[in-house]
Amino acid sequence: MNPLRAKELVIDIPGRAEGQPLDFGVDPGQIWGVLGPNGAGKTTLLHTLAGLRSPRQGEVCLGEHSLTELRRRQISQQLGLVFQDRQDGFPATVLETALIGRHPWLSPWQMESGEDERLARQALDKLDVGHLGDRLVSTLSGGERQRVAIATVLTQAPDTWLLDEPTNHLDLHHQVSVLELLTEQARSGRSVFMCLHDLNSAARWCDHLLLLYPNGDACWGPAERMLVPSALERLYDQALQTVEVDGAPLFVPKKAR
Amino acid sequence: MSRSLFKPLLVLILAGLAAMVLSVGTGSVSVPPGQVLAVILGEGSNLQQTLVLELRLPRTLSAFATGGLLAVAGALMQVLLRNPLADPYVLGLSGGAAVGALLAMLAGLGGMIVSGSAFAGAMLATLMVFGLAHGTGSWTPSRLLLTGVVVAAGWGAVITLMLAISPAQRLPGMLYWLMGDVSYARSPWPALVLLFLVCLLVVPLGRSLNVLARGPMQAAALGVSVRPLEWTIYILASLLTATAVTMAGSIGFVGLVVPHMLRLVLGNDQRLILPACALAGGTLLVLADTLARVVIAPEQLPVGVITALLGVPTFLYLLYRSR
Repeated sequence: MNPLRAKELVIDIPGRAEGQPLDFGVDPGQIWGVLGPNGAGKTTLLHTLAGLRSPRQGEVCLGEHSLTELRRRQISQQLGLVFQDRQDGFPATVLETALIGRHPWLSPWQMESGEDERLARQALDKLDVGHLGDRLVSTLSGGERQRVAIATVLTQAPDTWLLDEPTNHLDLHHQVSVLELLTEQARSGRSVFMCLHDLNSAARWCDHLLLLYPNGDACWGPAERMLVPSALERLYDQALQTVEVDGAPLFVPKKAR
Repeated sequence: MSRSLFKPLLVLILAGLAAMVLSVGTGSVSVPPGQVLAVILGEGSNLQQTLVLELRLPRTLSAFATGGLLAVAGALMQVLLRNPLADPYVLGLSGGAAVGALLAMLAGLGGMIVSGSAFAGAMLATLMVFGLAHGTGSWTPSRLLLTGVVVAAGWGAVITLMLAISPAQRLPGMLYWLMGDVSYARSPWPALVLLFLVCLLVVPLGRSLNVLARGPMQAAALGVSVRPLEWTIYILASLLTATAVTMAGSIGFVGLVVPHMLRLVLGNDQRLILPACALAGGTLLVLADTLARVVIAPEQLPVGVITALLGVPTFLYLLYRSR
């Protein structure tokens, strides 16, 4: 696979002065988490890494090639993106939605085959929404929709997963099963790069972290080096208390008195 | 999925053929359905030959082509704007064509010049709407739709102004053009060929359109080159609309209602919906034109009135029934 690499990358956020250039690579088997307060640019970063927005400076590469040299189709065979919000202008069923994940792999003249449908159904089953196949997406709950969106990218089967708040709307059990699914993907040699709101999920499931500060500062590295309470307190502007569970840190916000 | 594409299209093709036979056979001298085919193959009396081949068949084919073009143009615009309200009429394209045509009529010109002027008007209207809505940023569906609606209102005012100042003897022709009238149509072949080509083109583009219907970002993430595709749709839809209004004046409603009715019944796979629109739009207009000729025969009604009167209740019923 071609690992995703940010080279001297500055994301383009209107009104923000030059931030610190980002320079990192997401290698096979790694799970990266991006942490930052609202408006720090997590989604913009994700979209820039997917080539959907131009960076202000620097470039994003897949292996040897810059994204700007690649065709959209080639990019989409290697990179999958789970969006934070989705628009469904026209009614579509759950199965149809998962099937569009096959789009990068089919030539313009090809129809979806039985095999494609099997892959889509398998992905839906894996996310526990297989029984909803014929339902219209617009009639589902928020959490079910989120799982359908993840199933679509699972059908797409990219080497690198980008996810924007994948645990949004999910109940505890499904949060864990989605994060386990991503861990499984990483173990099989793929890589995962996701924005997360929940500090503790990030501490528990990610092996690398990128902290994105609202002023454009950033730092990144192996999770155990990044999970420093003082750095996290500065990140969220929130006092934290650390407790230890099963030998791993757990962060709890301190109550203001 | 291919099996589910085939059956609805076959049904629509048969319905289209039946409507055309009915349309060709109906009129002041009726020709029974069995004989229509015989006459087309070169048999029958001289009167029947003239009646079918020279008078009715071209008109029927023109009606079919116009309806098909308008319905496909509407369906394409709805995907482009991801808004179910988009259609050539609402976006002011028909209005631009009407102003072009009426200007030519007002100047006392006829025939080819009216058609050419209508075509120019439609293209100008498209450029205006999409150019203004594009502005400095990108096309946002709601801004595009609003621009279209406002520009359409502007065309409406210009049309009223022109009607108010034009001499009385030109008014009937102008009004008929405004309400849509297939009898103006010349040769149906260019339009039919265009319609057929677009239906072929849609086969390889269809799946990309399905993905685009889920929003440009999602489409780009799944490997669609969004900008080139959007421009293709835009140019195609404008060309189809301009051809249709040039042939038959401004016929509202077909572009809005036909795609919707089909989506409610057949789902939203563009590979099925677009050819189905071509067939169903054509069939609807052939039937409407037949009715327009016979309801108060020997006088004729403008076909746009019939499409609206047929379309409105059907549409409301389907909407009421849908989930």
